[in-house]
Amino acid sequence: MSATVAMPAKAPGTGYWRGVGRRFARQPLAMAAAMVLLVVVLSAIGADWIAPADPFQTSVSRRLAAIGTPGRWLGGDELGRDMLSRLIHGGRVSLAMAIVPVAVALVIGGFLGVLAGYAGGAVNMAIMRVMDVFYAYPSILLAVAIAGALGPGMVNGMVALTLVFVAPIARVAESVTTQVRANDYVVAARLSGAPTSMILRRHVLNNVAGPVLVFAASQVSVSIIAASGLSFLGLGVSPPQADWGLMLSALRQALYVNPWVAALPGAAIFLCSMAVNIVSDGIRRAMELRR
Amino acid sequence: MLRYLLRRLAYVAPIAVGVTLIVFLLVHIAPGDPISAILPDDASAEMVAEARREYGLDKPLPVQYGIWLWRAAQGELGTSIRSGRTVASELSMAVGNTFILAVASGLLACVFGVALGLVAGLARDRIADHVTSLVTLAGVSLPHYWVAILLVIVFAVENPWLPPLGIGPDTSDGWRPDWAHLQHLILPAIATALIPMAVIARTMRASVIEALDQDFVTTLHAKGLLPGRRLWHVLRNALPTTLAVTGLQLGNMLGGSVLVETVFAWPGTGFLLANAIFQRDLPVLQGTMLVLSLFFVVLNLAVDLLQSWADPRIRRA
Repeated sequence: MSATVAMPAKAPGTGYWRGVGRRFARQPLAMAAAMVLLVVVLSAIGADWIAPADPFQTSVSRRLAAIGTPGRWLGGDELGRDMLSRLIHGGRVSLAMAIVPVAVALVIGGFLGVLAGYAGGAVNMAIMRVMDVFYAYPSILLAVAIAGALGPGMVNGMVALTLVFVAPIARVAESVTTQVRANDYVVAARLSGAPTSMILRRHVLNNVAGPVLVFAASQVSVSIIAASGLSFLGLGVSPPQADWGLMLSALRQALYVNPWVAALPGAAIFLCSMAVNIVSDGIRRAMELRR
Repeated sequence: MLRYLLRRLAYVAPIAVGVTLIVFLLVHIAPGDPISAILPDDASAEMVAEARREYGLDKPLPVQYGIWLWRAAQGELGTSIRSGRTVASELSMAVGNTFILAVASGLLACVFGVALGLVAGLARDRIADHVTSLVTLAGVSLPHYWVAILLVIVFAVENPWLPPLGIGPDTSDGWRPDWAHLQHLILPAIATALIPMAVIARTMRASVIEALDQDFVTTLHAKGLLPGRRLWHVLRNALPTTLAVTGLQLGNMLGGSVLVETVFAWPGTGFLLANAIFQRDLPVLQGTMLVLSLFFVVLNLAVDLLQSWADPRIRRA
């Protein structure tokens, strides 16, 4: 090994992220999707002020009102409640149920993956074989089974989803960490006696964070579908609180009366999931990561 | 090849054991005493103690796991709390019905996924590619239960062309290869196939482009090999990756079938699982999960082997 390898490569700093932002802004589709997400997230946060009507206010005369009915612009649900307001409020629940599990799984899975990747050897073996077991299930099936065993409820649903997302995130974190660890500058830092905590913070985490975050972001689109799927099966939130999945399930009975109102919550799930997919694709492209 | 097979088996066996352990633990993470789910609410203390002994619940957890695994290996998965029939007999009906659905949707997904991906890859950066890419991007973001509902709206509610529910004119029966049963299969098969199709198409497109970029294709082109023969070489290089993804997708399709089967009341494993959860029928939940997850493990192994057969480089890695 030549003596000059001790030059540490420049870790990604603010300049790098500014470049990513610039390259992201150059993709019109990704920017449009980001705008959609921004609107959805803001309206979910500000649901109390934005929603035109009380989402729990029933109205016998407006049961399954058609789209365009005055006061029920997106129609009425099976109890005559305002669909638009319920979609806005439901978005808050749906997004929380989708994002929180991925965020928690990011912390747990990221920690396990970096630990396995950096420690290597028996520690890697022990952690990754356990992850393999969880990875052996189709994600929705595992979520349904765990939530089904725990029983209905929003917290149980989120626990189930978290367990589902830990394994894939840990896998990505582990494989990136293993690659980074083998880089000459990390080896050099270790040989020159840098403390492990410093190497981890400065070299490993700085390089691992990007790809793992992007992967986690892409998992949010899976999570939106899975979280609403749980509610659709009656395993997520319980009435009168409602997310998009539960609304979709409740409106199934109305399929023959007003099918297009019944399909609305699903359109919201689809729109969000697709927007997340496009945005995370765009970020990945802007970061010039492969796959 | 044999050495590779043994290596894969050594890798998969512990995973399979881990999978059974998680399925076993499912019942134990359920809130409340598992006995209370088995017996009626007004059961006497003696009955509870008796059931506890019978199910081995008075023993330590590792012993219980051993007993459960031993019984499961012999096909004894317990008795459904709701129907009173054995879980094995409930499953044998459901597995057959899911198999029909899986074969139909698997074929749809593979054929259309590979074809779409190939077209998009060959027409890279031209209009056909952009359209296909957008369609497949939408496809991977679709909630399958919503697709199922949309299909019902379009093809059963607005236009009464196809039946929206059940497996055939007489639901108690299994599936039979006649026109009436085929009609019932169409909508569930499409709903189940759409997402895997999109993922397969995306992967196929990427692998075709990667294969086209390789030097040997240029060489073949320079040598004057006919386009058809060249396509064969590209396909052969693009297929192994696609195959791997296809296998995973077929497994995910099984997972998704929980929701799709529920929408269409298709009496398969997914429907069985959803009902078991709804009725808190833990033995059925456990048995169904065991069968589905072990099938997924075997499927992954099969895909691995098939892939290594298609691409000998993998064996040496």
